Amino acid sequence: MSFAHLLEVDDIHTHLAVKDGTVRAVDGVSFTIDAGETLGIVGESGSGKSMTALSIMRLLPRSGSIVEGKVTFKGRVLTDLSEDEMEAMRGTEIAMIFQDPMTSLNPVYRIGWQVGEPLRIHRHVDTRKSIVAAVDLLRKAGIPDAPRRVGQFPHMFSGGMRQRAMIAMGLSTSPSLLIADEPTTALDVTIQAQILDLLRTLNRDYGTATILITHNLGVVAGMCDRVIVMYAGRVVEQGRTEDVFARPEHPYTWSLLRSIPRLDADEHEPLKPIDGSPPDMVRLPAGCKFTPRCPFAIGRCAKEEPELLAVRNQLSRCWVTQGGVTLDGAGVG
Amino acid sequence: MAEAPARPSAQAWTPAQPLVEVRGLRTWFPVRSGVINRVVGQVRAVDGVDLDIRQGETLGLVGESGCGKSTLGRSILRLVQPTAGEVRFKGRDILRIGSRSMRRMRREMSIIFQDPFASLDPRQTVADILGEALDIHRLARSTRARKERVSELLGLVGLSGDFAGRYPHEFSGGQRQRIGIARALAVDPSFIVCDEPISALDVSIQAQIINLLEQLQDKFHLTYLFIAHDLSVVKHISDRIAVMYVGKVVEVSPARDLYRQPKHPYTGSLLSAIPIPDPRLERRRERIILKGDVASPLNPPSGCRFRTRCFKAQPRCAETEPPLETVNLGDHKAACYYPLS
Repeated sequence: MSFAHLLEVDDIHTHLAVKDGTVRAVDGVSFTIDAGETLGIVGESGSGKSMTALSIMRLLPRSGSIVEGKVTFKGRVLTDLSEDEMEAMRGTEIAMIFQDPMTSLNPVYRIGWQVGEPLRIHRHVDTRKSIVAAVDLLRKAGIPDAPRRVGQFPHMFSGGMRQRAMIAMGLSTSPSLLIADEPTTALDVTIQAQILDLLRTLNRDYGTATILITHNLGVVAGMCDRVIVMYAGRVVEQGRTEDVFARPEHPYTWSLLRSIPRLDADEHEPLKPIDGSPPDMVRLPAGCKFTPRCPFAIGRCAKEEPELLAVRNQLSRCWVTQGGVTLDGAGVG
Repeated sequence: MAEAPARPSAQAWTPAQPLVEVRGLRTWFPVRSGVINRVVGQVRAVDGVDLDIRQGETLGLVGESGCGKSTLGRSILRLVQPTAGEVRFKGRDILRIGSRSMRRMRREMSIIFQDPFASLDPRQTVADILGEALDIHRLARSTRARKERVSELLGLVGLSGDFAGRYPHEFSGGQRQRIGIARALAVDPSFIVCDEPISALDVSIQAQIINLLEQLQDKFHLTYLFIAHDLSVVKHISDRIAVMYVGKVVEVSPARDLYRQPKHPYTGSLLSAIPIPDPRLERRRERIILKGDVASPLNPPSGCRFRTRCFKAQPRCAETEPPLETVNLGDHKAACYYPLS
């Protein structure tokens, strides 16, 4: 079957029921990813980046549902699949790894048993063969002494090792898409570097397309071909990583890049923080959701919400840059 | 190891001397097991640390989780009782003074915690949270003075005095951390341990808190021990930086030198592991990817503790522990037999 993109997310709206109302956690998100690509999704907590991933996987919490939109993977509409069909998809074609590898591994089963499980369920491999395969997968994921390690339990693994085991499990059925939701946030920087190196290698050697969800702009800079910046459930900027970092076209991206201290900065200058707080998702303002914190806001911003439109090399949801105004002093490099 | 100078008396201390002098500090935690709770081992969280914190400076303390940096910060404040060694605050060894003297000393030192959600009592109003320290140290003469001080403290951290009657759950993460900072300021301290004060906050809020800490430092001539695992933040805020690995300080240096010329291989790999938000630079960067995990403080390797992961390790590194010695001109010390050039 031929298809235009590996994954096509088309105008997804995901709502969450909360105590005092409805949160539009994902509010009209669209993007595509092709084989072999690495796409970053950045945003703060509550921006909808994880909910976007869970919507693709159809792993939303009970209180959540996709109310509108379509996800197409290799030409099949995931949002129309039955639960059984979706389950088969998750085990074989699309894998997801999470932030906390401790809660995603079952503490009472041995690592080898868990890593080999997708093969037993989806490929009907027998137990012995699945364990042999698990040894090989763990080795590929950079776990030393894999033949001994398969017999151990998750609590005998360090955080970095558990994340490697999760990656090994995710890759057991050679999926064409890997969704990694903050895979290194719970890890120390030297271990983060190891895991990112592993993800880079897998992407290069197997051509696995990767969606990397993170709040760390440095991680995006080092890993991703393209980047999506999310704010209040919306995509506010989207483009090639180099373009977005060199000349952000949305004031949120612009402010975020200026606010973070850089290791390679030479002079000590006070940081330029973003005013205010992240938005209350139950009571979002009218117009552009970043307006209350935006240093460039004009009258129109608080009234009408802009569309995500082409500005220079990327897409931006901003009246100001769409009107031809340059955000100055921005960018890096 | 640096020779400890003769112990000066409290009267002899002058601001030219370090505000805090840590000598040979050990904080071990016993590990118990079995039916009779026998001690089967010791977690050597802090295992022989010598460190000076100078008046008015920010000393950054970095290292990975479990390296002992938080325990060191708490040991310096005597919030945990160290096993051995000295902590001299303005020349007085606070590990060996009575509880009354210690209480007086506590007014000079304070702490800001990582998690603004867990560190504020949900049943206390902001006024109670801030007033508690004032009451304990009898710093407010009257109800009115207390109220004024609370509102002054809120003003210092950029919050409205009207918030005094509210409860922690009514605030965002950034606002709660401001309350935590106001609480630390309540006793009018000269020294504050900032223990990962921004790592639980949203990225867009972190810069606000860093700037606030810097402003307060200028205003009140505060001395900070700034503990964090994020080296870019630490480099931004610190005058000097100490790097810890498995209970030891392995390198201490002015912030800029540490970044430009790291001497300890651990510092070098730590720096190279930190992603820089610049795609062009990131793709060109050479990385030192360390093997394995952090060594266990329960049973640290012989000699240099980093040798099991080190790319420069030689047989000598396993035999004796390298001392923390001056490696560059002046102020830069590292504990390594084969420092980076």
